[in-house]
Amino acid sequence: MGIKRRAFLIGGAAIVGGGLFAVYWGDSSARKRAVELTAKGKDGSFLSWVKISEDDTVTVYSPHIDFGQGSHTALAQMVAEELDADWSKVVVEHAPADPSFANSALGRGFMADMSGQPSIVAALPASFISMAARSMNLQITGGSSAVRFTGQSGMRVAGAAAREALIAEAAERLKVPASELTTLDSRVIHEKTSTSLRYGKLAQAAAARSLNSDVKLKNRKDFRYIGQGVHRLDIPAKVDGSATYGIDFTLPDMRVATIMMAPVRGGKLTSVDTAPALAINGVEKVIKLDDAVIVIAKGYWQATKGMQALSPQFSDGGHGSLSTASIYAAQDKLNASGEKLVAPADGKLLTADYKAPFLHQAMMEPFAMTAHHKDGRLDMWGGLQDPLGTRMMMAEIAGLDAAKVMFHPMIMGGGFGRRFPPYSQIIGQLTKIAMQVPYPVKLIWSREQDVQHGAYRPQVAARLQGVTGKKRMAAWSSDYAQNDDAAAEGTVPYAIPNFEARHHEYISNQVNAYWRSVNASQHGFFNESFVDELAHAEGEDPYTFRRNHLKAGSRPLLVLDTVAQRAGWGAPLPEGHARGIAMVESFGTIVAEVVEASLKEDGTPKVHKAWAVVDCGTTVNPLNAAAQIEGGLIMGLSSAIGEQITLDKGAVVESNFGDYPVMKLADAPEIDVHFIESGAKMGGIGEPGLPPAAPALANALFALTGKRIRQLPILAQAKA
Amino acid sequence: MPIETTVNGKAVSIDAEPDTPLLWALREDLGLTGTKFGCGIAACGACSVHVNGEITRSCSVPVSEVAGKSVTTIEGLKGADGTLHKVQQAWINAQVPQCGYCQSGQIMAAVALIQKTGKPSAAQVDEAMTNICRCGTYPRIRKAILAATGQAAASVEGAA
Repeated sequence: MGIKRRAFLIGGAAIVGGGLFAVYWGDSSARKRAVELTAKGKDGSFLSWVKISEDDTVTVYSPHIDFGQGSHTALAQMVAEELDADWSKVVVEHAPADPSFANSALGRGFMADMSGQPSIVAALPASFISMAARSMNLQITGGSSAVRFTGQSGMRVAGAAAREALIAEAAERLKVPASELTTLDSRVIHEKTSTSLRYGKLAQAAAARSLNSDVKLKNRKDFRYIGQGVHRLDIPAKVDGSATYGIDFTLPDMRVATIMMAPVRGGKLTSVDTAPALAINGVEKVIKLDDAVIVIAKGYWQATKGMQALSPQFSDGGHGSLSTASIYAAQDKLNASGEKLVAPADGKLLTADYKAPFLHQAMMEPFAMTAHHKDGRLDMWGGLQDPLGTRMMMAEIAGLDAAKVMFHPMIMGGGFGRRFPPYSQIIGQLTKIAMQVPYPVKLIWSREQDVQHGAYRPQVAARLQGVTGKKRMAAWSSDYAQNDDAAAEGTVPYAIPNFEARHHEYISNQVNAYWRSVNASQHGFFNESFVDELAHAEGEDPYTFRRNHLKAGSRPLLVLDTVAQRAGWGAPLPEGHARGIAMVESFGTIVAEVVEASLKEDGTPKVHKAWAVVDCGTTVNPLNAAAQIEGGLIMGLSSAIGEQITLDKGAVVESNFGDYPVMKLADAPEIDVHFIESGAKMGGIGEPGLPPAAPALANALFALTGKRIRQLPILAQAKA
Repeated sequence: MPIETTVNGKAVSIDAEPDTPLLWALREDLGLTGTKFGCGIAACGACSVHVNGEITRSCSVPVSEVAGKSVTTIEGLKGADGTLHKVQQAWINAQVPQCGYCQSGQIMAAVALIQKTGKPSAAQVDEAMTNICRCGTYPRIRKAILAATGQAAASVEGAA
């Protein structure tokens, strides 16, 4: 797997009731800090990476939050694999927001693999960047990174180092050579004498031993847990209502608040008469922020009624003339400035303008977090993608020393990129109100505020030019206008002699945010639709055209061929049905999808079946990995068909699920997911299933109607 | 005036203003947080409960309307001995939930559908299951409903 394990330090510590094993990136101060905190920890509540307790329970501390992607279970599988743990006694907990748990493996992963998502690093708050630069410590979930970086470089190494120490300890106690010992189901076994020792009995002493920093990891053929579709550890609590999300957290004497923000991002609160809200039964306080008004009441309903009684006035921050159309117009102008391709006499030039709207993550749990400022200390509970970054922001906003601030991560009702601290406004809002009241307060955003004050996928326009001849692509250029450079996502896997992508910076009043699969979704739609156009221009079948531009024996070719084969590409279809194909590599994973679609009587698309073939190197949990691909594909179809965030007079028009239509069960296709276990460097799984869905559908609809879809969502264009 | 009603088989008295949505009375007055807030306009179904056996989006029903009625929430689905309802078990077997936030509502909708139809057809599932799941667990929800009603294999591949 190419992991430079020598660079890691392995640390252990004997603790009350067990042993602690951790992996650090060459930073002995972090190890010292973890041991310090461990000593202070009560009931073993604060420990690092892997804890083995006297009763054999193996606790895995994940520096990543799990908002449904199942990475906690996968990370536990990776520890259990190398440790030879008894799976029935493995549990996973969120690591606390402490630098000792910062994820060096993730930092190194991004630095080493710039095809990942390096811009995530740039999105960190300023106070955190310097710290990250010093130690490359991160506690982020994003970039489909948990398993491929933390799991490969952290969890497996910790498990293997712990196992080696347990064997060494057992060898000493049994007075036998370590080479005669084997491990299985949390026991060290000496077969010759039919004796064995439980890990729980050995852990405390084993953790106090000097640990090996250069452990040998298992070979694929010896895997017992990696590659198995074990059931997710978090699911039982998610079917009986007992799972506790941020919105469910409660404290004695807690009040509930809700918020109304300036409709135009960048606008300010200019005036509000607070009296009408205060007259509502249960309302206790109205707080004015720079750009919002907050009502605090006994409960959410009373806070909502209080808010409805108010008529706050907001300025538009100078963005009152901004609209979806004005943004596209400005972007088109930028793109038109790009260099023009010229076709040779025997070639063809095709030029097409593509557009993709702002999109909302629409996580099912709106922002809802609780904070309490008491005795100079600020605590916050909720779900965000970077607990440590959140803590740093809280300290900065509250003007408190970081030691007096703690963020307690909880499970999340979805995220999809919305819960990155730098643009999670709720951190600042809640910190500010908590500092003003003596009681704990939970701030809940209404769905309308959630939709209208989102951190959207950037709206992007692109001008694509392609030169073809003799059924081959000779030149390709892409001019695209958006906030950030999407160089990594703007590429295609095809062999094209001349390929160029030019970024034109366009900045609206919206933040530059991440949406599941980041820029791979817009650019995947542009590029994979345009490849289809070029195939059509050359009179070639879109699957054949693609494969003729892929290297024999390459991973993308196998992925493409496999999806075509599974989907029966070219086989007859029912009347009124057509297929579309697309392939996008993102986050180190190659995914090709085929969609079979028709049009309903009202002209809206209906997807009957979809096929996805995935090469992410190795799947840790195929059952959950398939779920991630299914979910990504459905989110891709949903957004392609009906989702858009539009601006009018600088403000967001859509406000709830009525006008932001998320796909429902009746429209979700049956999905065939297949993995190619290539053994290549491990790629991500949470995001890569999404990008091919929109172009595959658009290409199917072209095959059906002859009408090329160059702007999303499809329904808005159909009605226009 | 407190509102007298029955929740999960127990008589309760809820001291909330009559126009308070049932959702918030359940969550904040009774501490039953398994029922979720999603949209507040009965569009997403995360707040689905049963009122006298009928599937109901509790964010849009005033608590005063359930006076004298019987409300069942996700917390009330298990048997008296703690055994999971067959739909809950089917959800585990099919590994349905991802983030899990909408699943209380999805399960309540599925239970109501099965109580009404016995063995729902694919068309009945499509028509009844209108709750939003942003994670896209729909294919597995379909499988779980079919499995819970003996119309498909009980479990997806993989060890428990």
